[in-house]
Amino acid sequence: MTAVELSSNDLRSREKGTGSLVLGFGLLVAVTFTLLSLFVLLARIFTQAIPAFRERGSDFITDTIGSEPGISGIWPGLFGSFGIGVGVLLLAVPLGLAAAIYLEEYAKPTRFNRFVIVNIRNLAGVPAVIYGVLGLIIFVGWLKPITNGGSVIAAALTLSVLVLPVIIITGMEAIRSVPTGIREAGYGVGATRWEVTRDHVLPYAMPGILTGTVLALSRALGEAAPLIMIGAITGLLPETSLTGKFTAIPMLIYNWSGRPDSAGGAIGWSNSAAAAGLVLLVLVIAFNLTGVLLRQKFEKKRVGT
Amino acid sequence: MIQVQAVQPEKTTESSVVFSVRDLNVYYGEFRAVRDASFDINENEITAFIGPSGCGKTTVLRCLNRMNDFIETARVEGKIEYHGVDLYDPQVNSNEVRRRIGMVFQKPNPFPKSIFDNVAYGAKLSGRFSKSEIDEVVENALRQAALWDEVKDRLKASALGLSGGQQQRLCIARCIAVKPDVILMDEPCSALDPIATARIEDLMQEIKKDFSIIIVTHNMQQAARVSDRTAFFTTEINPESDRRTGVLVEVDSTRKIFSMPSDERTELYVTGRFG
Ligand SMILES: Nc1ncnc2c1ncn2[C@@H]1O[C@H](COP(=O)(O)OP(=O)(O)OP(=O)(O)O)[C@@H](O)[C@H]1O
Ligand SMILES: [Mg+2]
Repeated sequence: MTAVELSSNDLRSREKGTGSLVLGFGLLVAVTFTLLSLFVLLARIFTQAIPAFRERGSDFITDTIGSEPGISGIWPGLFGSFGIGVGVLLLAVPLGLAAAIYLEEYAKPTRFNRFVIVNIRNLAGVPAVIYGVLGLIIFVGWLKPITNGGSVIAAALTLSVLVLPVIIITGMEAIRSVPTGIREAGYGVGATRWEVTRDHVLPYAMPGILTGTVLALSRALGEAAPLIMIGAITGLLPETSLTGKFTAIPMLIYNWSGRPDSAGGAIGWSNSAAAAGLVLLVLVIAFNLTGVLLRQKFEKKRVGT
Repeated sequence: MIQVQAVQPEKTTESSVVFSVRDLNVYYGEFRAVRDASFDINENEITAFIGPSGCGKTTVLRCLNRMNDFIETARVEGKIEYHGVDLYDPQVNSNEVRRRIGMVFQKPNPFPKSIFDNVAYGAKLSGRFSKSEIDEVVENALRQAALWDEVKDRLKASALGLSGGQQQRLCIARCIAVKPDVILMDEPCSALDPIATARIEDLMQEIKKDFSIIIVTHNMQQAARVSDRTAFFTTEINPESDRRTGVLVEVDSTRKIFSMPSDERTELYVTGRFG
């Protein structure tokens, strides 16, 4: 038996060459650049938003849109965004989840079904404006008896359709990640397909499904383009209702950012826009946090407390 | 939907027949994995399936409780009668089939739930036990699976915290709790150490008075130790393609298979000179 010849070089790290140095430096630059731009963005929003909050206080949240930044609030925008969020949660999430369950657990892998799945993936990449056109034709036009034209309901429907592919795809991926062993264990004791789906597949997939839900909700809350298409207004809006004229926070940000700041008031439109942006940011972060907490709860359950 | 009925099985000379399989052919897409298998499985006996890898033992086993329904490409031809009822009759409820014909898989696959919930799950679904009876069902199943003493103080703990051998016994308990008629075991000990294996073998002897058991195993000693009858499968060149197809060589009493099998291939295999 020959002893293994081991020179001190054999176990040394090979990651010392110039190649890996360059790579490491490149990665560092990329990370720095990303973090820096994020920081600049946040810093700018904060510094711009603070004067608006100092001037307006909580009135900024509860007041309606005014003709001057000094007397303007975002209440109608909040109302609209809230309606859109609720619409997506009540409509797009259950519908998307049902579609994901069907496609993963029930549908046979026929040519037609594969075609459908590929196209759902493609739909996730269609620009938001196109969904705006769709919303304008279908929900504002054809379904006018239900939506009463360009209302919060029409907006919620349009954005639900927009996020549906995202929910279906993330849902399918979550369901696919459930180990076959768990399914077979369920079938092995005589459970039906639905019982296995309900008792084992969905609980196991829940963290992934929640991620998709949060992603979809954040996307829906941040979109302005489809809302412009379906006629969200940006002027005065003293009345908020489900079926009347509506607006949403991204619309206010978009519109206010474009207005010239008058020399007179203590704050300008740019301050109001930044403050509205901050509110939207806080909302989205709150949703994400809720999502993370729920995820953790389900992940703990998955291990079986 | 008619339920599978436990038709009064006709008495044969030895014991009554649970499964009667005739001319079973199983295809995965175009590929024929098993060709023309015919055999009977007797009640309250342990039958071992042995044979080289890829000869279709798992495939045949999964036909017996219609587990192959979940493999899109799988197609079953021939006749499988369970207590005289055609298992593949379109009117047979396959979930009811799987409730009566339980399965223990090669890899322990407890649900990511508590030990109690694992065992209670199938029993609860079957709807045959009241809430108060479930506790008793769970305890009895765990006792029969020789796991009770190890887990009785942590029934609410996660099943995933058990060792591999314990997990496999838990899966057996989960299967027993449903009170099946037959238990199919696909290499249940392949991931276990000799001690855990011995416990499961003892357990099989213990429970065979209540169940008919079919066990797939690569361990010749295990087949010889635990089984009453043994079926030997092997692979043959397929007449219709060059992939090898699984065929059943012979089924006989375990003693005969291991001492004087009628087929030369069986002898080569059990003496370790082939496969
Ligand atoms: N889901 C499947 N799709 C396609 N072919 C399959 C599938 N499952 C098994 N096969 C093929 O069928 C043949 C028999 O497989 P099977 O798993 O029944 O063998 P086995 O005797 O259980 O082998 P092992 O002892 O290795 O577990 C093999 O050639 C295998 O490749
Ligand atoms: Mg196998």
